[in-house]
Formats: sequence, structure tokens, C-alpha cells
Amino acid sequence: MSDGSHWMHRVSPGATLRWTVLFIGGLIMITPLLYMFSSSLKPGADIYDLRLIPARATLDNYRAVLSDGRFMRWFLNSTFIATCVTLSTLFFDSLVGYTLAKFRFRGRQLVFIAILSTLMIPTEMLVIPWYLLSAQLGWIDSYWGIMFPGMMTGFGTFLMKQFFETVPDDFLEAARIDGLSEFAIWWRVAMPLVTPALSALAIFAFLGNWTAFFWPLIVTTSQELYTLPIGLSSFAVEAAIKWEMIMTGAALATIPTLIVFLVLQRYIVRGVMLAGLKG
Amino acid sequence: MTYRMIAAAALAGSTIFASQAGAVEIEYWQYVYDTRVKAMDQLIASFQEANPDITVKQVTFPYADYQTRIVAANMAGQAPDVMQLFYGWADKFIEGGLIQPLPEEAFPTAEIEAEFFPIVSAMQRDGKYYGLPTAVRSLALFYNKKLLDEAGVAPPTNLDELVAVAKATAKADAGGNLETVGITMDPAGQDHHWWREVLDRQMGGAPYNEDYTQVTYADEAGANALGFYLGLARDEKVTQLGFMDEGQAAFKAGRAALTIDGTFRLGSFGEITDFEWAVTELPANAAGERSNYASYFANAIGAKTEGEELEASIKFLQYVSSPEAMKIWLEVVGELPARRSAALTDENLANPIYAPFLKGLEYAHTTRFVDEAGQRQVAIDMINRVMLEDQPIPDALAEAAAAEQKIIDDAAK
Amino acid sequence: MTAETHEQPGRRGLTLARRQALWAWAFLALPVVFYVLIRFYPTAQAFWLSLTDWDLMSKPEFIGLENYRQMLADPVFWKVFKNTFLYLIIGTPLSLLMSFAIAYYLDKTRFLHGFLRALYFVPYITTAAAMAWVWRWFYQPAPTGLINDLLGSFGFAQIPFLKSTTWALPSILVTAIWAGLGFQIIIFLAGLRAIPTTYYEAARIDGLGEGAILRRITLPLLKPTMVFLVVFSSIGFLRIFDQVYNMTSNDPGGPLNSTKPLVLMIYQTAFSSYDMGYAAAQTVVLFTILLIVSLLQLWVMRDRA
Repeated sequence: MSDGSHWMHRVSPGATLRWTVLFIGGLIMITPLLYMFSSSLKPGADIYDLRLIPARATLDNYRAVLSDGRFMRWFLNSTFIATCVTLSTLFFDSLVGYTLAKFRFRGRQLVFIAILSTLMIPTEMLVIPWYLLSAQLGWIDSYWGIMFPGMMTGFGTFLMKQFFETVPDDFLEAARIDGLSEFAIWWRVAMPLVTPALSALAIFAFLGNWTAFFWPLIVTTSQELYTLPIGLSSFAVEAAIKWEMIMTGAALATIPTLIVFLVLQRYIVRGVMLAGLKG
Repeated sequence: MTYRMIAAAALAGSTIFASQAGAVEIEYWQYVYDTRVKAMDQLIASFQEANPDITVKQVTFPYADYQTRIVAANMAGQAPDVMQLFYGWADKFIEGGLIQPLPEEAFPTAEIEAEFFPIVSAMQRDGKYYGLPTAVRSLALFYNKKLLDEAGVAPPTNLDELVAVAKATAKADAGGNLETVGITMDPAGQDHHWWREVLDRQMGGAPYNEDYTQVTYADEAGANALGFYLGLARDEKVTQLGFMDEGQAAFKAGRAALTIDGTFRLGSFGEITDFEWAVTELPANAAGERSNYASYFANAIGAKTEGEELEASIKFLQYVSSPEAMKIWLEVVGELPARRSAALTDENLANPIYAPFLKGLEYAHTTRFVDEAGQRQVAIDMINRVMLEDQPIPDALAEAAAAEQKIIDDAAK
Repeated sequence: MTAETHEQPGRRGLTLARRQALWAWAFLALPVVFYVLIRFYPTAQAFWLSLTDWDLMSKPEFIGLENYRQMLADPVFWKVFKNTFLYLIIGTPLSLLMSFAIAYYLDKTRFLHGFLRALYFVPYITTAAAMAWVWRWFYQPAPTGLINDLLGSFGFAQIPFLKSTTWALPSILVTAIWAGLGFQIIIFLAGLRAIPTTYYEAARIDGLGEGAILRRITLPLLKPTMVFLVVFSSIGFLRIFDQVYNMTSNDPGGPLNSTKPLVLMIYQTAFSSYDMGYAAAQTVVLFTILLIVSLLQLWVMRDRA
């Protein structure tokens, strides 16, 4: 309330100008999205009419794109893969981060530095060996083939270690005295104390895997296994420059993350800030 | 290691199982294309009816990944028994030990050479054929009847008329930007073939020597051919490089009067409802000489196929290269039969759409690519250097010829 | 309590350290296997492959430094090398400058702050592959493309964007900057918010103007945030791929290789030409560049502490 009157009373010309400029800038930022949705609603014949509000809005493009079920399949693939990888990352990265933060044992420093050093190795360097490994083990064109490289990450381990270090040892010691197993201490005592970090890591892992392009492009070969970005990319080439269809596909690839963002905006922004500052 | 042992055991197990059942199963691979898959399903069904002891399993992959998939399968020791491959991949596949030569007794060379269109020789190495096509594809000139009628011009039969028709049909807005092009210019599509095997020859040159080991287009004829092609955009202003990204897209949208494309585009253009279109032979030069570019996917037998799988594969390959199979393929896919007798029937020659393509086959050339994508890129880059960087045409040709020669030489190493 | 003390010698006391170590290694067992097999071994293998000639079909053949020699003599590699650095050298400062300016003013804005922030952040959560196609459509010539259509309607000349060797790289770069801006703004906002307000109050009491506060307080205190963002976005631009792959799909990295970054060259060498050894050598170069950037970060941070 006081906040409201605050701006009401002190609206200066400078502040109004600042707000207007920021608002126009923001509109420019979302222009590609607005046009994507607008064109996806235009019938093919109207695609060269560049007005933002479609003269004749129709859902025909969506019907056509969704009719063969491929986008649904790709959407489910992406969701399944991103979920599995995120859960695995959360589990292992926090387990390793916790171990490195809270246990004293020989080799601790070595393991930590080794894992940290993997941050310096770009994925691009590993894809050729991964591809060979996958070919030899029959992982090419399988869900596991898409997922295995991301099951644990150096970034997540580092992040979780930072946060577990802020958990007081007394808490863990008390649990130990109560007779909890070491696993239970981690899972039931330490983990609940770092939920902000876990949600930050979850957001990063999910978003990263949902939009991943390079490795899925290499390791998938059949359409049934495509993730949404790969599916969209191949669909766009196949649509042979039918822009209304391409825009519809792009919109379908964007809508799920947009909904999630609108619902969880507060958490996502906070998570990005947290991971960005600590990471 | 363990995995290999398990795989070997599984393989042995399946072989035992197969022989116990008294039936052979062979695997056939091709890339996904709706009508091709349907046609192959039909062929497999009638083949299995005639050979009840053989089962053919069709496996398909998207075109973009098809080669990768074959290479990966070969690495994992799971290569197909019979596979479809673009003729331009032949060198790579032979060198990589992916395919084996066809046995002379089942596929006599004399018969192949008498029966098939001469372009199948691109599948021949050291006197041995490594594969045979069911169907072949050639180029023709598609035209938008509505645009030609509006301009009051007839479909062109020679290069001069082509320029005149393109001039009459191209439309620009007040700012001079083309809204409708007279002819599409899309080097990444079929245009690079048109320049290489058609225009160069029509200007009196030859793009390569006889066995395609030497690049020979960097001469006056090549310069004239390239000059003519690029002149359509630069001098005549009847087209624009990369107009609407792809030539076929511009034609489909009704914004191009002429486009050069292949038989495989018939299905896609069949969806056009806004205007009528038709096909004519590629235009002749002033002396009436014509040329064409033909290409095809051949079927070949996997290098590791042996024993009764090999026998079954031979039978299957014989069937899919038979006139009967070619007829089915033409009806379902719309691609031209690879055997003269099956292609040049009165019925086909009377068909206004097939006839121009069939006529083209008679005088068509087939570039012996060693790296189709790489050699195409050389042509695209050459055209871009002239169009975007104003490189003089002879220099651009010389640079392209050197780059392509290097690709050919590297492949021969 | 007493029970615990009694048990100490047996269950904890002497063996406490060993028990801890045992648990630690039990927790680390699977991760260690993972990191060795999926990270370290492949890294070593990439180095080894870079010394071989291998097309997947035959056995890898050791050829020493031949791949590197070939690379240094390859004009396309140098072109690609230059492009990669152009993405970095234009992209990083430009995006940081923009995101800082936006964050700085956004931080001062209260009215509908969350709404404005969301407008800037939304592009970050989109899929690069999808948005690349939207931008590609914007960049089309007049009848199709939005930007050229607007230019035309105001009487300006057309810009060939993706079809020109001059414009194509900046056009793709804009897409990449656009996609990453939201992230940088959020991080700057977090950094700005972490500066205690008392600093500003003290500065105002001392009579410092807004410009002086920005120069003397805000910017120095934001240094860690900036170093992080410089490194993070540098690595991002050095590894650019999704946008280029999707925006130039009919002439990948073209026209005339003017947009081709190192990662696309690696992809083509490995998965279109199957020249695995040569591709591995290119990945080693990428690794070296990224290593230098990361080490520079460590050096700058150390310098500060």
C-alpha cells in the first residue's frame, strides 16, 4: 500500500521516461514471440500479410501440425528425458556435493578437483567418443543414449557443495547421535536444508535438457526418438519454407516452457539468480 | 567385450532359430519417404508370395540420418542385407566395405548394359556392378500456366526463349524488388546440376573428363554457362539468388513462373491448388542440343551378407530390379523405370508429365560424385563468390575447379 | 548420553575416520565410475583420436600431428576461427553493455517491475532451435520478411541479411544475444541487489551524484558478477551452434562460410564427412580456447582477492 502511494507521489518525468523506454524495449524483446503466435494463426494464403493481428485467425495450422501425432511424441520424449536427467542430476550431484562438503577422508580434495576440472571440458570434445561408445553398445537412437552424458554434472556438484557447506555440522552430529544412518542423515536432515539450491539446480537441469540440441541431434536417428528441438528442426526443413507451418511448430515447441514460466516465474527467476551467483 | 560376446551369442542363436524354422529373414533399409515405403511394402508382399521361405523386413530412417545410420550399424556389426544408396555414395560405400559386387551369374553385365539406361554405369567399378536402381530421376522445366498465360507467352523450348519468358513474367514492386521471379535461382537445389551437366555441355564444354577424375569446366564454355546462369539475375534481372529461400517454395507459392526440378518434386507440386502447372523438356541451345542430369538410388547387397541370406538377397534384388517392380514403383512413387523397356512404353510417352522427363533420360548425364555434398558446396560457394563478392567469373571457375579437383583426388587416395 | 559414551570406543572413537571414509567412498562409488567412463576416458580418447586418420569404416590409423598440420593449412579453418572470435568479440561486450544498462534502470523501477522483468526474461526460456526459425523468417527478403518489409514501406533499401557475407554473421549474432540477454539481466539484478543500500546512502550524504555513485560504488562492487558473466557469455558465444545450424540449413555456415563457427565445423567434419580424427583435432582446439578463457577468469578473480 505504502509502496503504491510511494510511486504515485513521486512520479517524476525522468521516471516516466525510464519506464516507457524499458517497456518499449521489453516489447521489442517479445516481438519474435508475438509474431510467431500471430503467424501460426494465419491461413497459409495470409502469411505475407504482415499485420500482427491476423485478419482471419484459424487453428487449422495447429490441426495440420498435430494431426500425425509427431509433435506430441517429441513433446513426451523431451519431457521424459528432461525429467529423468533432472532427477538423476539432483540425486547424484547433491550426494556428491554433500560427501565432498561434509566428510573428511583421504582423496577428498582430489575427487573435488577432478570433478571441478570436468567443467573445463566442452561437450563438443566428448561427443565423438560418446558417439563411438554409443555405437558399440547399441545406445544410438535410444532414450538412454540421449540421457547418459547428463546424468551427473560438475556444475551441479559444485553448486550443491557450496550450499551443503553452509549447513551446520551440529545438525548432522545430532542426527548421528540419534542413530540415523549416514544415508538418512543426508536424505532426511541435510537435503531439506538446501531446497532453494535444489530447486535452482532442477530449473537449470530441466531447462538445459529440454532445449538441448547438439548431442540429441547426433545420437538420435529415428523420428520416434527425436526430442522437441530436433523434431522441430527437421520438421522445419521438411515443411520446405511453408512459414505458417514452421511458426506453428515453433509455437508448439515454445508453449510448454512459456506456461511453466508463467506459473513458476518467481521460483525460476530466484533459482537463476541463486545458481548464477553461487556457481 | 562382454557385450560383443552376448551379441555374437544372440546372433548365433537367431541363425539356428532361422534354419530350424526353415525360413530366411533378410533386412532391407531405405530412407523414409511416404510413397517409397508404401511401394516397397507392396513389392515385399508380392515377393514373399512368390518366395514363401523368405521374409523381408523393411527398416527406414529419415533421409538426413540415413548414411550415419548405415555407418553406425556397420560399426556395430548390424548392417542390412539389402540397402538403398544414392549412386553418389557408391565410392564411399565400396571403400568402407559396406557393399559387395553383384554376382555376374545372377546379374550379367551384358544384360544390364542392354536393358538399363546408360546412367547405371555410375554403379560400376572395375567392370563390376555394385547395385541396380528400381527407378531413376531426371530434370525438367516446370512452368506456372497461369503466369505464362497472363504474360501471353508459350513455354520456352530453347535458352533464348527461356530468357524471354522469364522477362515477360517477372514482376517487381515500385522499389525494384522482385515480387514474382521469371525463373527460380536456387543453386543448392537442382540448379548446380543444370549448370554442370546441361549448360556447360550446351555451351560446347564438358564439366569433367570421361571417367570423372578430372574437372574440366574452368574454360570458356564453363564461363559462358555460368555467365548465362548468373546473368539471369545480374543482367536480365528476372530472378534473385535464393528468392524465398528455396526455388520450389517460390514456385509453389505462385511467385515463380519457371523452375527446374526433378521427378521427385511431382508429388509435392501435386498439392498446388491455386494455379495449373505443366512440365516441358529442359530448353535446348541455339543449335538444338539438349542435355539432362539423371540420378537414382540403387539397391545393393551388404558386404557381410553370406550363405542363404545372400541367396535370398540376390533373389530380392532381382525382383526389385524387374520390370514388374518398376511398374509398381512408377504408379506409387512416380519415379521413372530404370529399364528402357519398362520406361519407354507408348502409355508413358503419351503422358504429358512423364514424357519430358523420359525424353531427358535418353540424353542425360550422371555426375560421378565422390562426395555429393562437398561437390555441391563447391558450386554453391562459386556462385556466391560471384554474386556476393563480385569475383570475376573465370577466377571463380578456376577456384571451384581446383577445390573440386582436390575433393576428387583426396577421395582417390 | 551415557549409552553413547559407552559405545564410542567400539563404534565410533578410533574408527570414526575410517567409517567416514567408507561412507564417503560408498556414496562416491557410482559417480567416480561415471566421471571416469563418461568424462575422463572420452577426453583422453579425443586427444588420441586427434592424432589418427579415421573414417569410422576402417581402423584408426596413427598419423601424428598430421591433422593439426592440415588444419593450420586449411583456409576454411582460419575463416571459421575468425568467425568464432567475431561471435565472441562482438557478442560479449554488446550483450553485457545492454544487459547492464537494462538491469541498472530496471533496478530503479518499481512500477510493474515483475512484468517488465518477465518481458526481458522470456526469450531466455525459449528453445534456440525454434526461435532461430522465427528470426530466419524475420530476415527474409521483402515479400516474406518482416524487417525488410518495414524497411521497404519506409522507403529504405533492402538488407540481404542471411544472404550476404557481411550481414549474415551479425544477423545470427543478434538472435543469440537476444536469447541470452534475459539471463544476464537477471544476474545483474541479483548483483545490484546484493550491494548494501547503506553504501548508497553514505555516498549521497557525501554529496556524490548518480554518475559518481555508478562509477565509484556500483561498478566496482559488481566486479565478481561481471567476471562471471563475461566468462559465461564468452563460453556461450564460443560454442554457438543451434542458431547457425537452424538459420543456414540450406547452406550450413554459409554463405561462403561467413557464419560458420568452430562447433559447426566440428559437426560437419565428424558427422557429414566422417573424418573423425580431423574433427577430434578441431575439438582439441576448442578445448584449448575455452581453457584459456577459464584460466583468465581464475587469474582475474585471484588478482582481486
